[in-house]
Amino acid sequence: MALERLERLDRRWLFLVLGLLVLGPLLWPLNLPIEPSRPSRQFNDAIASLPEGCTVLMSCDYDPASRPELVPMTKTALRQLWRKHCKVVVTVLWNGGPAIVDQTIEETADEFRARGEKLVDGVDYVNLGYKAGNEAVMVLMGQGIKSTFPLDQHRHDTSTLPILRNVTNYSSFPLLVNISAGYPGTKEWVQQVNSRFHLPMISGCTAVSVPEYYPYLQAGQLRGLLAGMAGAAEYEQLQGERGLATHGMDAQSLAHLFVALCILLGNVVLWSRRGGRA
Amino acid sequence: MSHDFGVWVGALLTLFIFSFLYKDNPLYKFAEHLFVGVSAGYYIVLNYWTVIDTNLIGPLAAAFSGKLPGGPWHVQQGDYRGLLVIPGLLGALLFTRLFRRIDWLSRFSLALIIGVYAGLKTTGFAQGDLVAQVQASLQPLWIPGHPGASLNAILFTIGLLASLLFFFYSREHRGALGGATRIGVWFLMISFGAGYGYTVMSRVSLLIGRFQYLLGDWLRLR
Repeated sequence: MALERLERLDRRWLFLVLGLLVLGPLLWPLNLPIEPSRPSRQFNDAIASLPEGCTVLMSCDYDPASRPELVPMTKTALRQLWRKHCKVVVTVLWNGGPAIVDQTIEETADEFRARGEKLVDGVDYVNLGYKAGNEAVMVLMGQGIKSTFPLDQHRHDTSTLPILRNVTNYSSFPLLVNISAGYPGTKEWVQQVNSRFHLPMISGCTAVSVPEYYPYLQAGQLRGLLAGMAGAAEYEQLQGERGLATHGMDAQSLAHLFVALCILLGNVVLWSRRGGRA
Repeated sequence: MSHDFGVWVGALLTLFIFSFLYKDNPLYKFAEHLFVGVSAGYYIVLNYWTVIDTNLIGPLAAAFSGKLPGGPWHVQQGDYRGLLVIPGLLGALLFTRLFRRIDWLSRFSLALIIGVYAGLKTTGFAQGDLVAQVQASLQPLWIPGHPGASLNAILFTIGLLASLLFFFYSREHRGALGGATRIGVWFLMISFGAGYGYTVMSRVSLLIGRFQYLLGDWLRLR
């Protein structure tokens, strides 16, 4: 009887319960423990092992749809890099990305400025903005960064920017930090840049694309991997931060438990129906 | 509560979209149509300024302004000056698809695009996936002093071979081959399960992001 009622349950009840399970921990955090995984540690260690003051390439290939997963890890990576006094050259290969990436960079830079630390656009970091062409842009950057991006996001001539004075092509960077929401993203950077120009790279990506990137991590083509909001939260943990990703993980855990319970109940209903027929 | 008009618009549109979970309604339709229209307009303007103006009109104007040393045809790597007329023309040819009688002209541009990307994709895949992944798959099955790593390597090899055999359709999956493919199915199912779990995480993250916006930016409850 109960199983029959479950079978006929209006799906809107499930939406309501899921909504409440997500809303509750955001208002009243449970502070469930977060244990950093090996790929997240590797991501953290790859940046930690960089020489102080080096210039790093960071490609933020996402748009506002991936904000909850990718903006927290972008901010944490920028903080870690700037704490090491690294200079950051940012590119965007998604046409919806330049505005949100620029906002993320400036918000993070403002945190440093509020503490009295000097971070200057064009000197300590630059957002080269969006360039159409996907893989073609990646290959073109191997021939020259400034010729590929003649103007930055704020339409400054890149040949006059102090941060790019000693930057020629990929050989000018010790590491590529790719924050990726899909195509073009980590897969294309591995195929076109890591394997062709041998530039070491790490990736932070949306959870939905993680299974596709794990083989790259296992093969050593990626030095570290952040898997969605969970990866971002683990990375925040490693950096001693408590940001939006950590804040969202209680809700994430409860939602997963609920989805797992729904799958279990759905299978119980299915099995019982089959048993009835037999 | 926020006093920012933009935040209010964002919050109300979020609630309009959420209202679809109850049932389809005019508020949802309004938000949906607004999103489609604004997105189309935004991307057209963005692409004009970041692609056409930056990569074509600006450099062409500079090349023919007479101010650059060497003139418009003094071409070097990364500075193509007057030669940018060619990609400009190829780009314009794409629009001939709008006119039936001359739409065949667009094939020149499409042929170039397909050729370039096929070349890039093929070499990228060969270097980044095929060679590197095969290389990474060749690992020792027994690592002295590391039983866990050895077990992992054995499981990996069994999973790899069994999954590959599942996609071998030249013989009926019976007998030893059938047994191996059944093991392959198990490994594939586990990988689909992991993929589903990560997809759920991504989708729930979107919901969390919206709730964080409503609670934080709009209601200022945290």
